[in-house]
Amino acid sequence: MRVFHLQVNGDTVEVAAPEHWTLLEVLRYKLGLTGSKQGCDKGDCGACTVLLDGTPTLACLCLAASAEGKAITTIEGLLPAHRAQGGKGADPLQDAFDRSGALQCGFCQPGMILSAKALLNQNPNPSLQEIRQALAGNLCRCTGYTQIFEAIQAAAKEMQN
Amino acid sequence: MLRLPKFSVLHPSSVAEAMQQMEDSQGQGRFLAGGTDLHPNMKHRLLEPKQLIALAGIEELHGISFADDGSCRIGAMTSLHEVATHPRLQSSYPALCQAAGLVSGPQLRHMGTLGGNVMLDTRCQWYNQSYFWRQALGFCMKKDGSKCHVVEGGSKCVAAASNDTAPALMTLQAELEWAQANGQSRMPIANLWQADGIWNKKVAPKELLVAIHLPAPSAHHFGAYGKLRDRGSIDFPLFGLAVTLDCNTDKTILSAGLCAVALQARPWPLKKAEALLVGTRLGDESFLAAVEQVAALASKQCRPMPNIPGDHEYRQAMVPVYTRHTLFAAAENRGPVHLL
Ligand SMILES: Cc1cc2nc3c(=O)[nH]c(=O)nc-3n(C[C@H](O)[C@H](O)[C@H](O)COP(=O)(O)OP(=O)(O)OC[C@H]3O[C@@H](n4cnc5c(N)ncnc54)[C@H](O)[C@@H]3O)c2cc1C
Ligand code: SF4
Ligand code: FES
Ligand code: FES
Repeated sequence: MRVFHLQVNGDTVEVAAPEHWTLLEVLRYKLGLTGSKQGCDKGDCGACTVLLDGTPTLACLCLAASAEGKAITTIEGLLPAHRAQGGKGADPLQDAFDRSGALQCGFCQPGMILSAKALLNQNPNPSLQEIRQALAGNLCRCTGYTQIFEAIQAAAKEMQN
Repeated sequence: MLRLPKFSVLHPSSVAEAMQQMEDSQGQGRFLAGGTDLHPNMKHRLLEPKQLIALAGIEELHGISFADDGSCRIGAMTSLHEVATHPRLQSSYPALCQAAGLVSGPQLRHMGTLGGNVMLDTRCQWYNQSYFWRQALGFCMKKDGSKCHVVEGGSKCVAAASNDTAPALMTLQAELEWAQANGQSRMPIANLWQADGIWNKKVAPKELLVAIHLPAPSAHHFGAYGKLRDRGSIDFPLFGLAVTLDCNTDKTILSAGLCAVALQARPWPLKKAEALLVGTRLGDESFLAAVEQVAALASKQCRPMPNIPGDHEYRQAMVPVYTRHTLFAAAENRGPVHLL
């Protein structure tokens, strides 16, 4: 066991966990943040994507020990961050995914949304090709992707207004 | 759910400290870069080091810099994303940036490093599997067993070098800078490899790759990388080919480099093919004829085996196709080749 000092969604947390645990395991099984999904658990699917200092990262291949000192954003952090900035309703990306019907089972959503968030932070007005490239590490077994790309385009528009 | 085996992690802040920690680990240590190869392999119980030595905090392993003579140093911990998107690297060494940009997907390119890509373990469809899967089949020579499922009765493992940047670094005649227990050394990347899929490098895992050095590109340098895979993202190469062409002012080829990957344990330089291109002029009849000869020769010299996923006869049929396309893409500055 080790005590990890993590900065999760703006909060500093101290959490005791085995030294060999991944960030995904600590988030899900110690901090109760089950929004980050455990899909393949070996880098193939993107369901576990979180942001580390704004960069999309696979939490299943990242040690909790390697995430210390970095700002970790999980899907649970988007709504509070949006509200803290004076936003109303849901985070625009989450809202657009909902309104565009960009989900069926929903398992891929947190990872998709966080990859999209990182893209829009860097590039507020991406082309369809740029959206496809940014999401190329996130698999969806249900939707066929079209509505996911549409949702990101809609959110980009909404955020620019 | 795939659990990592137990280990502890150290976070050195200098190369000397990391080397001491490796020494102290008495054979139980392993360097951790991005972890994007190491962790899946550990989860599959292919490796169970007791001590990980994380390299992220060592400043001199990070970053891309150019010397006055135009040569370049890339720290081993530089991410594949940085390599793929660096403007000066893109214009100086297109084959390398294109190869780095086609490794897996965006998250893994942010996490994975160039040094880790050079040091990537070889891959085989009978090896890169969970312990349960391998046990059910009967283990193989590379890990826990004594036979090979690819070459029946074979005495040597033929797991494939699958690192996309390796052939590009080979054609660019990169030099590797190492820290070793007794000092430092530098070697051409061509001397790194050995024909053994169990460990395809002549350098032991306890030696630390510090940086990758690239000679200054010639004034008229062209390059491209071609990658065959099933999907547009995430997958390892089913066949990869790097091409570099150095020309004089009228685009006559003075020297050429071709190197393939995802065949056998080593990246595969195509020396005879290089000779066929020298003296031809880009866009000329002579070049077109040489491209056809090179494609035919590549078909003979590149023999995909049923070691990695993907039908090996299909991969074989794609060798001349990718060779042709990648040569033309290099000549016309429009790589990478990624036909999907
Ligand atoms: C789903 C998936 C898809 C992938 N697709 C591709 C692909 O298409 N092409 C491809 O080439 N790779 C692919 N990879 C593999 C991997 O992401 C990359 O090869 C990456 O560059 C590995 O770098 P890393 O920093 O993560 O290495 P690590 O996993 O940290 O290390 C890999 C090995 O190198 C050693 N090592 C690392 N750095 C050093 C150093 N500086 N000195 C000495 N030893 C060192 C480690 O000890 C370990 O043995 C894929 C991986 C996954 C999970
Ligand atoms: S080639 Fe594949 S099956 Fe044969 S020994 Fe190597 S890893 Fe095992
Ligand atoms: S759970 Fe991490 S990539 Fe699939
Ligand atoms: S909605 Fe089911 S995996 Fe994407």
